[in-house]
Amino acid sequence: MKLEEVARVIDGKILIGEEKKDLEIDKAYAADLLSDVLALTEESTTLITGTVSPQVIRVAEILNIPAIIFVRGKKPTQKILDYAKEAGIPIIATNKTMFETCGILYSNGVRPCRNRPATNIHDDSRYCE
Amino acid sequence: MMIQDTVSETNKFRFVYLIKPRDFSNAGDASANVKAELQKHGIEPDVIRRVSIICFEAEMNIVLYTKGGKLIVEVDDQKVDILALDKGPGIEDIELVMTPGYSTAPEWALEYGFGAGMGLPNIKNNSDVFEIESEVGKGTIVHSIVYRRKNEIKGNN
Ligand SMILES: Nc1ncnc2c1ncn2[C@@H]1O[C@H](COP(=O)(O)OP(=O)(O)OP(=O)(O)O)[C@@H](O)[C@H]1O
Ligand SMILES: [Mg+2]
Repeated sequence: MKLEEVARVIDGKILIGEEKKDLEIDKAYAADLLSDVLALTEESTTLITGTVSPQVIRVAEILNIPAIIFVRGKKPTQKILDYAKEAGIPIIATNKTMFETCGILYSNGVRPCRNRPATNIHDDSRYCE
Repeated sequence: MMIQDTVSETNKFRFVYLIKPRDFSNAGDASANVKAELQKHGIEPDVIRRVSIICFEAEMNIVLYTKGGKLIVEVDDQKVDILALDKGPGIEDIELVMTPGYSTAPEWALEYGFGAGMGLPNIKNNSDVFEIESEVGKGTIVHSIVYRRKNEIKGNN
Protein backbone atom coordinates (compact mmCIF):
# COMPACT_ATOMS: atom_id res chain seq x y z
CA MET A 1 0.00 0.00 0.00
CA LYS A 2 1.10 3.57 -0.56
CA LEU A 3 2.60 5.80 2.15
CA GLU A 4 -0.44 8.05 1.96
CA GLU A 5 -2.83 5.13 2.55
CA VAL A 6 -0.67 3.88 5.42
CA ALA A 7 -1.05 7.27 7.12
CA ARG A 8 -4.80 7.24 6.51
CA VAL A 9 -5.57 3.75 7.86
CA ILE A 10 -3.67 4.34 11.11
CA ASP A 11 -5.10 7.86 11.59
CA GLY A 12 -1.60 9.20 11.20
CA LYS A 13 -0.04 12.33 9.84
CA ILE A 14 2.81 12.58 7.37
CA LEU A 15 5.26 14.93 9.11
CA ILE A 16 8.04 14.66 6.54
CA GLY A 17 8.01 13.40 2.98
CA GLU A 18 4.61 14.51 1.66
CA GLU A 19 6.25 14.39 -1.79
CA LYS A 20 6.81 10.66 -1.35
CA LYS A 21 3.15 9.89 -0.67
CA ASP A 22 3.10 7.32 -3.48
CA LEU A 23 5.98 5.32 -1.99
CA GLU A 24 5.03 1.63 -1.84
CA ILE A 25 5.13 0.13 1.69
CA ASP A 26 5.04 -3.68 1.57
CA LYS A 27 7.28 -4.80 4.47
CA ALA A 28 7.57 -3.55 8.05
CA TYR A 29 9.42 -4.27 11.27
CA ALA A 30 8.39 -3.02 14.72
CA ALA A 31 10.72 -2.44 17.67
CA ASP A 32 11.64 0.18 20.25
CA LEU A 33 15.25 -0.86 20.76
CA LEU A 34 17.66 0.05 17.99
CA SER A 35 19.93 -2.98 18.25
CA ASP A 36 16.88 -5.17 17.63
CA VAL A 37 16.22 -3.10 14.53
CA LEU A 38 19.85 -3.44 13.42
CA ALA A 39 19.80 -7.18 14.05
CA LEU A 40 16.73 -8.06 12.04
CA THR A 41 15.66 -5.43 9.56
CA GLU A 42 16.36 -6.21 5.93
CA GLU A 43 16.59 -3.69 3.10
CA SER A 44 13.48 -1.70 2.16
CA THR A 45 11.62 -2.46 5.37
CA THR A 46 9.58 0.30 7.00
CA LEU A 47 10.27 0.87 10.71
CA ILE A 48 7.44 1.12 13.25
CA THR A 49 8.76 2.43 16.58
CA GLY A 50 7.85 4.24 19.79
CA THR A 51 11.40 5.51 20.23
CA VAL A 52 12.02 9.08 19.15
CA SER A 53 15.70 10.02 19.17
CA PRO A 54 18.15 11.30 16.54
CA GLN A 55 19.74 7.85 16.59
CA VAL A 56 16.56 6.31 15.13
CA ILE A 57 17.20 8.33 11.96
CA ARG A 58 20.87 7.27 11.97
CA VAL A 59 19.82 3.63 12.11
CA ALA A 60 17.28 4.20 9.34
CA GLU A 61 20.05 5.68 7.19
CA ILE A 62 22.36 2.74 7.85
CA LEU A 63 19.69 0.20 6.89
CA ASN A 64 18.18 2.14 3.96
CA ILE A 65 14.84 2.16 5.74
CA PRO A 66 12.33 3.76 3.32
CA ALA A 67 9.98 5.27 5.96
CA ILE A 68 9.48 5.54 9.74
CA ILE A 69 6.18 5.38 11.65
CA PHE A 70 6.28 6.84 15.19
CA VAL A 71 3.54 5.30 17.36
CA ARG A 72 1.91 6.07 20.74
CA GLY A 73 1.67 9.80 20.02
CA LYS A 74 5.43 10.27 20.37
CA LYS A 75 6.44 13.66 18.98
CA PRO A 76 9.80 13.89 17.23
CA THR A 77 11.72 17.12 17.89
CA GLN A 78 12.44 19.56 15.10
CA LYS A 79 16.04 18.34 15.07
CA ILE A 80 14.90 14.77 14.43
CA LEU A 81 12.60 15.95 11.64
CA ASP A 82 15.46 17.93 10.10
CA TYR A 83 17.67 14.84 10.18
CA ALA A 84 14.93 12.82 8.46
CA LYS A 85 14.42 15.48 5.82
CA GLU A 86 18.14 15.60 5.14
CA ALA A 87 18.23 11.80 4.85
CA GLY A 88 15.14 11.80 2.62
CA ILE A 89 13.21 9.50 4.96
CA PRO A 90 9.45 10.12 5.25
CA ILE A 91 8.00 10.26 8.79
CA ILE A 92 4.45 9.35 9.84
CA ALA A 93 3.19 9.91 13.40
CA THR A 94 0.13 8.22 14.92
CA ASN A 95 -1.56 8.14 18.33
CA LYS A 96 -2.23 4.42 17.96
CA THR A 97 -0.22 1.85 19.91
CA MET A 98 2.43 -0.31 18.29
CA PHE A 99 0.13 -3.35 18.45
CA GLU A 100 -2.78 -1.55 16.79
CA THR A 101 -0.55 -0.02 14.14
CA CYS A 102 0.96 -3.39 13.25
CA GLY A 103 -2.45 -5.09 13.26
CA ILE A 104 -4.00 -2.56 10.92
CA LEU A 105 -1.07 -2.61 8.51
CA TYR A 106 -0.92 -6.42 8.52
CA SER A 107 -4.61 -6.67 7.72
CA ASN A 108 -3.94 -4.30 4.83
CA GLY A 109 -1.33 -6.61 3.36
CA VAL A 110 1.91 -5.26 4.83
CA ARG A 111 4.17 -8.21 5.74
CA PRO A 112 7.17 -8.89 8.04
CA CYS A 113 10.71 -8.97 6.69
CA ARG A 114 12.18 -12.44 6.36
CA ASN A 115 15.21 -12.13 8.61
CA ARG A 116 15.15 -14.30 11.69
CA PRO A 117 17.20 -14.08 14.91
CA ALA A 118 20.57 -15.79 15.10
CA THR A 119 19.51 -17.49 18.34
CA ASN A 120 16.65 -19.96 18.07
CA ILE A 121 14.19 -21.06 20.76
CA HIS A 122 13.83 -24.41 18.99
CA ASP A 123 17.50 -25.20 19.69
CA ASP A 124 17.12 -24.58 23.42
CA SER A 125 16.29 -27.33 25.90
CA ARG A 126 14.71 -24.78 28.28
CA TYR A 127 11.68 -24.65 26.00
CA CYS A 128 9.37 -27.69 26.06
CA GLU A 129 8.36 -29.45 22.89
CA MET B 1 34.64 15.24 14.39
CA MET B 2 36.71 13.44 11.77
CA ILE B 3 40.29 14.23 12.72
CA GLN B 4 42.14 12.58 9.89
CA ASP B 5 41.62 11.41 6.37
CA THR B 6 44.87 10.09 5.06
CA VAL B 7 45.46 8.36 1.77
CA SER B 8 48.65 6.49 2.49
CA GLU B 9 48.65 4.34 -0.62
CA THR B 10 46.55 4.59 -3.75
CA ASN B 11 43.99 1.99 -2.79
CA LYS B 12 44.04 2.44 0.94
CA PHE B 13 42.31 5.03 3.05
CA ARG B 14 41.67 5.64 6.70
CA PHE B 15 39.18 7.60 8.81
CA VAL B 16 39.62 8.47 12.46
CA TYR B 17 36.85 9.82 14.68
CA LEU B 18 37.00 11.05 18.25
CA ILE B 19 33.96 9.83 20.20
CA LYS B 20 32.86 11.90 23.19
CA PRO B 21 31.20 10.28 26.20
CA ARG B 22 27.46 10.92 26.88
CA ASP B 23 27.22 13.16 23.83
CA PHE B 24 23.79 12.21 22.57
CA SER B 25 23.26 15.12 20.23
CA ASN B 26 26.07 13.88 17.97
CA ALA B 27 26.08 10.18 18.76
CA GLY B 28 25.82 8.20 15.56
CA ASP B 29 27.31 10.94 13.39
CA ALA B 30 30.66 9.16 13.04
CA SER B 31 28.95 6.02 11.72
CA ALA B 32 26.79 8.07 9.35
CA ASN B 33 29.97 9.72 8.07
CA VAL B 34 31.69 6.34 7.61
CA LYS B 35 28.76 5.21 5.48
CA ALA B 36 28.85 8.37 3.36
CA GLU B 37 32.62 8.07 2.83
CA LEU B 38 32.44 4.38 1.86
CA GLN B 39 29.67 5.19 -0.61
CA LYS B 40 31.82 7.94 -2.08
CA HIS B 41 34.63 5.44 -2.57
CA GLY B 42 32.34 2.95 -4.30
CA ILE B 43 32.53 0.18 -1.69
CA GLU B 44 30.07 -2.73 -2.14
CA PRO B 45 26.61 -1.97 -0.59
CA ASP B 46 26.58 -5.16 1.49
CA VAL B 47 30.00 -4.34 2.93
CA ILE B 48 28.87 -0.78 3.69
CA ARG B 49 25.81 -2.05 5.51
CA ARG B 50 27.80 -4.43 7.71
CA VAL B 51 30.54 -1.89 8.43
CA SER B 52 27.95 0.79 9.29
CA ILE B 53 26.18 -1.51 11.75
CA ILE B 54 29.50 -2.42 13.40
CA CYS B 55 30.57 1.24 13.63
CA PHE B 56 27.22 2.39 15.01
CA GLU B 57 27.11 -0.24 17.76
CA ALA B 58 30.74 0.37 18.71
CA GLU B 59 30.29 4.15 18.64
CA MET B 60 27.19 3.98 20.85
CA ASN B 61 28.93 1.74 23.38
CA ILE B 62 31.77 4.27 23.64
CA VAL B 63 29.22 7.08 24.14
CA LEU B 64 27.17 5.15 26.71
CA TYR B 65 29.69 3.27 28.81
CA THR B 66 33.13 4.85 28.56
CA LYS B 67 35.18 7.96 29.23
CA GLY B 68 35.46 8.46 25.49
CA GLY B 69 37.45 6.91 22.70
CA LYS B 70 38.22 6.60 19.03
CA LEU B 71 36.83 4.88 15.99
CA ILE B 72 39.35 4.02 13.27
CA VAL B 73 38.21 2.67 9.91
CA GLU B 74 40.75 1.47 7.35
CA VAL B 75 39.79 0.39 3.87
CA ASP B 76 41.82 -1.40 1.21
CA ASP B 77 41.10 -3.62 -1.80
CA GLN B 78 40.58 -6.70 0.34
CA LYS B 79 38.82 -5.54 3.48
CA VAL B 80 37.49 -2.93 5.85
CA ASP B 81 39.22 -2.92 9.21
CA ILE B 82 37.40 -1.32 12.15
CA LEU B 83 39.03 -0.51 15.47
CA ALA B 84 37.06 0.94 18.40
CA LEU B 85 39.25 2.00 21.31
CA ASP B 86 38.20 3.57 24.59
CA LYS B 87 39.75 4.96 27.74
CA GLY B 88 37.92 2.71 30.17
CA PRO B 89 36.50 1.62 32.58
CA GLY B 90 37.13 -1.70 30.81
CA ILE B 91 35.13 -4.92 30.92
CA GLU B 92 35.53 -7.50 33.67
CA ASP B 93 33.72 -10.47 32.14
CA ILE B 94 33.86 -10.55 28.32
CA GLU B 95 31.76 -13.70 28.01
CA LEU B 96 28.98 -12.09 30.04
CA VAL B 97 28.80 -8.88 27.98
CA MET B 98 28.81 -10.91 24.77
CA THR B 99 25.63 -12.74 25.87
CA PRO B 100 22.70 -11.61 23.70
CA GLY B 101 20.32 -9.63 25.92
CA TYR B 102 22.84 -8.74 28.62
CA SER B 103 22.82 -5.00 29.27
CA THR B 104 23.72 -2.54 32.00
CA ALA B 105 22.27 0.40 30.05
CA PRO B 106 20.80 3.03 32.41
CA GLU B 107 17.05 3.73 32.34
CA TRP B 108 17.47 7.00 30.40
CA ALA B 109 19.32 5.22 27.57
CA LEU B 110 16.19 3.17 26.84
CA GLU B 111 14.42 6.42 25.88
CA TYR B 112 16.93 6.82 23.09
CA GLY B 113 16.49 3.21 21.99
CA PHE B 114 19.48 1.57 23.69
CA GLY B 115 19.79 -1.34 26.08
CA ALA B 116 18.67 -4.40 24.10
CA GLY B 117 21.96 -6.06 24.95
CA MET B 118 22.39 -6.83 21.25
CA GLY B 119 25.12 -4.38 20.29
CA LEU B 120 28.18 -6.59 20.76
CA PRO B 121 26.40 -9.68 19.33
CA ASN B 122 25.42 -7.53 16.32
CA ILE B 123 29.04 -6.48 15.86
CA LYS B 124 30.18 -10.10 16.01
CA ASN B 125 27.48 -11.32 13.60
CA ASN B 126 28.41 -8.71 11.01
CA SER B 127 32.17 -9.29 11.25
CA ASP B 128 34.29 -11.83 9.38
CA VAL B 129 36.95 -11.43 12.07
CA PHE B 130 35.98 -10.27 15.56
CA GLU B 131 38.21 -9.66 18.56
CA ILE B 132 37.54 -7.96 21.85
CA GLU B 133 40.19 -7.23 24.43
CA SER B 134 39.79 -5.35 27.67
CA GLU B 135 41.68 -4.38 30.76
CA VAL B 136 39.76 -3.14 33.79
CA GLY B 137 40.85 0.38 34.67
CA LYS B 138 42.43 0.88 31.25
CA GLY B 139 40.01 0.37 28.41
CA THR B 140 38.57 -1.84 25.72
CA ILE B 141 39.53 -2.62 22.12
CA VAL B 142 36.93 -3.98 19.73
CA HIS B 143 38.44 -5.09 16.42
CA SER B 144 36.43 -6.18 13.39
CA ILE B 145 37.27 -7.05 9.81
CA VAL B 146 34.76 -7.22 6.98
CA TYR B 147 36.12 -8.78 3.77
CA ARG B 148 35.18 -7.39 0.39
CA ARG B 149 34.57 -10.88 -1.02
CA LYS B 150 33.45 -9.89 -4.50
CA ASN B 151 36.71 -8.06 -5.01
CA GLU B 152 38.67 -11.04 -3.74
CA ILE B 153 37.00 -13.30 -6.30
CA LYS B 154 37.70 -10.79 -9.04
CA GLY B 155 41.33 -10.63 -7.93
CA ASN B 156 41.67 -14.41 -8.11
CA ASN B 157 40.41 -14.64 -11.68
N1 LIG C 1 33.33 -0.26 25.47
C1 LIG C 1 32.75 -0.74 26.59
N2 LIG C 1 33.30 -0.49 27.81
C2 LIG C 1 32.73 -0.97 28.93
N3 LIG C 1 31.61 -1.71 28.95
C3 LIG C 1 31.01 -1.99 27.79
C4 LIG C 1 31.54 -1.52 26.54
N4 LIG C 1 30.75 -1.98 25.53
C5 LIG C 1 29.78 -2.69 26.13
N5 LIG C 1 29.91 -2.70 27.47
C6 LIG C 1 29.06 -3.43 28.44
O1 LIG C 1 28.52 -4.55 27.78
C7 LIG C 1 27.09 -4.54 27.83
C8 LIG C 1 26.53 -5.14 26.57
O2 LIG C 1 26.84 -4.31 25.45
P1 LIG C 1 25.96 -4.40 24.13
O3 LIG C 1 26.41 -3.35 23.20
O4 LIG C 1 25.96 -5.80 23.65
O5 LIG C 1 24.49 -4.08 24.65
P2 LIG C 1 23.92 -2.68 25.23
O6 LIG C 1 24.80 -1.56 24.82
O7 LIG C 1 23.66 -2.85 26.67
O8 LIG C 1 22.54 -2.58 24.47
P3 LIG C 1 22.35 -2.29 22.89
O9 LIG C 1 23.72 -2.23 22.28
O10 LIG C 1 21.57 -3.44 22.39
O11 LIG C 1 21.62 -0.99 22.83
C9 LIG C 1 26.73 -3.09 28.07
O12 LIG C 1 25.47 -2.95 28.70
C10 LIG C 1 27.89 -2.63 28.97
O13 LIG C 1 27.66 -3.04 30.30
MG1 LIG D 1 25.50 -1.39 22.83
